[in-house]
Parts: sequence; C-alpha cells; structure tokens
Amino acid sequence: MELLKLTIRNTLRHKLRSLLTVLGIAVAVMAFMLLRTVVTAWHAGVERSAANRLITRHAVSFVFALPYAYRDRIARVPGVERVTFAVWFSGVYIDKNQFFARLAVDSNTFFDVYPEFIVDPEQFAVFKRERNSCIIGAEIAERYKLKIGDVMALDGDIFPGRWEFVVRGIYRPRDKTTDPTSMLFHWQYLQEWARREKSNRQGQVGWYVSRIAHPDDSAAVSAAIDELFVNSLAETKTETERAFQQSFLSSMGSVMTAMDVMSFVIIGIILLVLANTMIMSARERTHEYAVLKTLGFSGRHIFILIAGESLLLSALGSALGMGATFPAVEGFQGALPKGWFPVFYIEPKTIVFGCLAGLLVGLAASLIPARRAAATKIVEGLRFVG
Amino acid sequence: MPPLIELQNVFKSYRRDALEIPVLKNISLGIDEGEFVAFMGPSGSGKTTLLNLIAGIDRPTIGRVLVGGADLTELDESALAAWRARNVGFVFQFYNLIPVLTALENVELPLLLAPLPKAERRRHAERALSLVGLADRLDHYPRQLSGGQEQRVAIARAVVTDPTILVADEPTGDLDKASAEEVLHLLDRLNRELGKTVLMVTHDPRAAATARSVRRLEKGELA
Repeated sequence: MELLKLTIRNTLRHKLRSLLTVLGIAVAVMAFMLLRTVVTAWHAGVERSAANRLITRHAVSFVFALPYAYRDRIARVPGVERVTFAVWFSGVYIDKNQFFARLAVDSNTFFDVYPEFIVDPEQFAVFKRERNSCIIGAEIAERYKLKIGDVMALDGDIFPGRWEFVVRGIYRPRDKTTDPTSMLFHWQYLQEWARREKSNRQGQVGWYVSRIAHPDDSAAVSAAIDELFVNSLAETKTETERAFQQSFLSSMGSVMTAMDVMSFVIIGIILLVLANTMIMSARERTHEYAVLKTLGFSGRHIFILIAGESLLLSALGSALGMGATFPAVEGFQGALPKGWFPVFYIEPKTIVFGCLAGLLVGLAASLIPARRAAATKIVEGLRFVG
Repeated sequence: MPPLIELQNVFKSYRRDALEIPVLKNISLGIDEGEFVAFMGPSGSGKTTLLNLIAGIDRPTIGRVLVGGADLTELDESALAAWRARNVGFVFQFYNLIPVLTALENVELPLLLAPLPKAERRRHAERALSLVGLADRLDHYPRQLSGGQEQRVAIARAVVTDPTILVADEPTGDLDKASAEEVLHLLDRLNRELGKTVLMVTHDPRAAATARSVRRLEKGELA
C-alpha cells in the first residue's frame, strides 16, 4: 500500500464531485489552449518572418505603389543580396468569402528570396515559360480540388476584369509556420494588362523585398534604401519583415490583447474551481488527517497527500482538455471562413503552456488546504466534526 | 529501575478566547513497563488529555513528560511524529479507520513509515489481523465490518509496529457487550502475552476491571 494509492482512493471518494471538477478543468484547459492557438495564429505572420528580409513600401501608405525603377537602385545598396517585389492583386475567387493571398510576383527572384516556398523544379520551369500560369499553395490545391493544368478564374477588383490562370505549380510549405495558402502569378502578366487597359499603372509594384547578408545590418541597410528616395515622388519606408507584419497586426491589437488576457483569466477560473474542491475535501477529512498524524505521519505527509490529490485532478482534467482541444481547433477552423488563418495549428509551445498551467494550478489550488491541514493540531483534528 | 512513563508536575490548560481553562493540575505519575492501567473519572476530569500527553499528541503547558527515557516536551513536531510511529499504538473509541482502505491496508498504514519492503509490510499486517481473529477479513472495507470487527482492525493497526505502549481511549464505548468483551480480552492478551504497556481511558467499571490497576482523576487531579 503506497501513499499514491491512498491519494487515488481519496480522489475517487466523491466520484461525482471529482468528475465535475475534472470536466471543469478540461473545459477550461481546452478554452485556454484554443484562445492561445487563435492568438498564436494571429501572430503567425510575425513569427514566420525571416530576420534577413526587409520590406520597402511607399512612405505614405502600403496602398500606394512604388516605381519598378527602384529595383536596381535597391539592389545596389551595400548589404542587399537579392531583391524581389510583389503586387497585391486581391480579386474574387468563387465568392467573396474565399480568403487567400493572390500576388503578382517577380517570378525570376521571388522564390530565391522566399526559399520556404518549395516548388518542384519541373513545375517551376513550366510556370516560368507560360505568362498566364500560376503557382498555388498545397492547401489551396487541396481546398479547391485544383491540380496541375486546371484553370483558376478570378474577377479582378483592384485590377478589373476576368482573369484566368493555369495552375502550373503547387508549392509545399517548408514547415508549419509557412503560409500554404498563397496564389502567385507573373507580374509581367499584370503589366500586359496595364499596357492594354490602364497605362498609368504600368511599371508599378506594391512593395520590394530585399534579402540582406547580415540581419544585424537591417537598420543601416533600411536607412540606406530610404535615403535613396528622399525628396522623390514616392518616398519609401523600409523595415524588417517582422516590423512590417507587426504594423499590420496593430489594428487588431486590443482584441488580441483581450484574448490573451482572457486565456489567463480562464487559468484563474480553473484555479478557483480546483481550490474550492480541495478545500472542501481537506475540510471533510480533517479528522482522518489527525488520525494519520497520530499514527506517526508528519505534516509533510499530509501536505503531499492533499497536493497529490489536487495534482491528480488537474492532470486528469488537463489531459482530457488537451485531448479535446485538437478536435475543437479543427472545428473552430472549419467554422471560420476559408483562409482566415493561413497557419492554424496547436503549437508545441501551447501544449507545454497547457501542461504547465495544469501543473501550476494543481499545486497552487492545494496550497491553502494542504498548509492548513498540515498545521492543524492533532487534538483539534480529532475533535473536529465535519 | 525508572518507570517507563514519568510525568513530572504536569499542568495543562486550554485557551478559549480570553479564558484560560485548566485541565490538568500538577500531575506527577510513574507507570512501569508491562502495566495495564485504566484511567477513570467523570467527563471533563482530564483523562483523555492525560492520555494525549503520554502518547505525544499534545504537549503540557508546564512540566515534563518522559517516556522510555525520551523527554517528549523537548522534541519538535517531526521528531515527535517519528517517536509516536515507533513507540505508541492508538485505539480510539470510534475506531477511526480510513474508509477507502481495506482492513489489510488500514493495518499496513503505520508500516509505510518504516523502511520495510512491500511483501514484508503485508506479512506483518496479515499477522496482526490474525492476532485479532480477522485473518478472513483482509480485503473487507470498514463499511463491510461490524463495530467490534472494526475495533479489532484498529487494535491490529495499533500493534502492527510492535509499539511499547498501547493507548486506548474508551475502546469499548461504542460497542455492544459481546464485542466489548472481545476487545477487552484482546487488550488483556496483548498485555499479558506480548508484554505491552496498556493505558486505557474508560467510564465502564467492567472495562476498568480488566486492567491491573485503576487511577482516578477528579477535576484535573489524580485522586
């Protein structure tokens, strides 16, 4: 007979109470992990930012275009290894609820600067040959059942008209943090349209992306790029990819902060639920703990018994909650419009947070009842009538 | 040869709010090894408090309690707990078995504090239960036993560590006549055959008659 056995038997003494406590913890852990996953997904763009990439955009706003002529001047800045550029195409695919990035890119350089987009060389060669071809992310291909040779038809909004692209490549994301939902096509194809339909939009790009040799030089290189275009018609603002992504997130910052806070409030709620159960249980057993002390068990043993029971309940609840989080995250993602979160998965860090939260809550909830029971004098405990 | 248990000028009082309530007044007492002493007296006379002091589960306000050469008033809480585990076996009026453990597990409980392998612990516990005539009730939970059987399990738990002193607080107070006689017979056997020093608090003159000597307390003083 070990103390562990007594701990387990005590946990099962009030089955309904223990079950409800475990379920309460499970629901709270699931909610905690779901919220953390949403917050993580929201910040995924920042997290996946490469340290060696700089984004150069129009100094006034991202929506204003930059001249194509800037490309070579940026490329000559010391520290810049490779320059590419892109244009936000937008457009409507099937209906307005289908979200994913559609970008016109410089097909000669884009994949050099973004090596995390992995394309089969043969597919890439075909893509480069055909001016109306596109490369799509593996998730887009799966979501819309698209395969090589299929045609994607889009209605342009920023660039009006009916656009048809032939799928010539499907890229694989290098890891889970890479967006698998982009659609990329030739900037030159967009230029042909501009020459035909809107000549004033010829030779424009949305933003430049520079791969730099040393991430530590990002501030100096950024300043050097912006210095080139001071007092021009299109002054630039260059920043690291991370800073660029963060500026996008700032608009939703307060909502995300609220979700962040809520996730920790939930941990507080679990703590109260479990602490309440443990205080009730320990109070009911005051007499028994006094008997154990009479037999020679010390206050430390009593502390271990109560803390052990609390940890067992929190471990069961946390395990159940974590198990339920995976289908809950799937369900949550399914309920959202397609493409809201290009990267949406439970990070290992979130699982570690969930485990740690369960462990800490288990310990913290037992502190008051365990210390109280350990300190109760035997004589008072034996007189106790619950 | 000095007595096994020696109380020197012991006073004990409890504080209830601002009131200081004296329970034991200047008790000096010696009990030799192997004695079977019954403490009798009216309610509130201090019998249980005296037993608690000797068993090391309470401390005197003034005075010294020496048991087997150890001054219990000098020991800190953890040392006192270890001393109790080695030297004292307890029998309570209401048995105080742990309801979620079987008879065998209840008896094994004090042995968890001894450095014994699992098989050895089980063997000791089975032997103690055989001694009290419950070898066929090893896997019964307290709720599946009669009052007399529960008290016998409690006695087995008290003797399983082979303590020097057996302390029984109203051990027959909650039992019918037949069960009470069985329990008293057991205590008598433990005293006579195994040489245990038995200290028993009782209101029952028939129970007291089992003891070799009877000490009376009146208003916190030995009569």
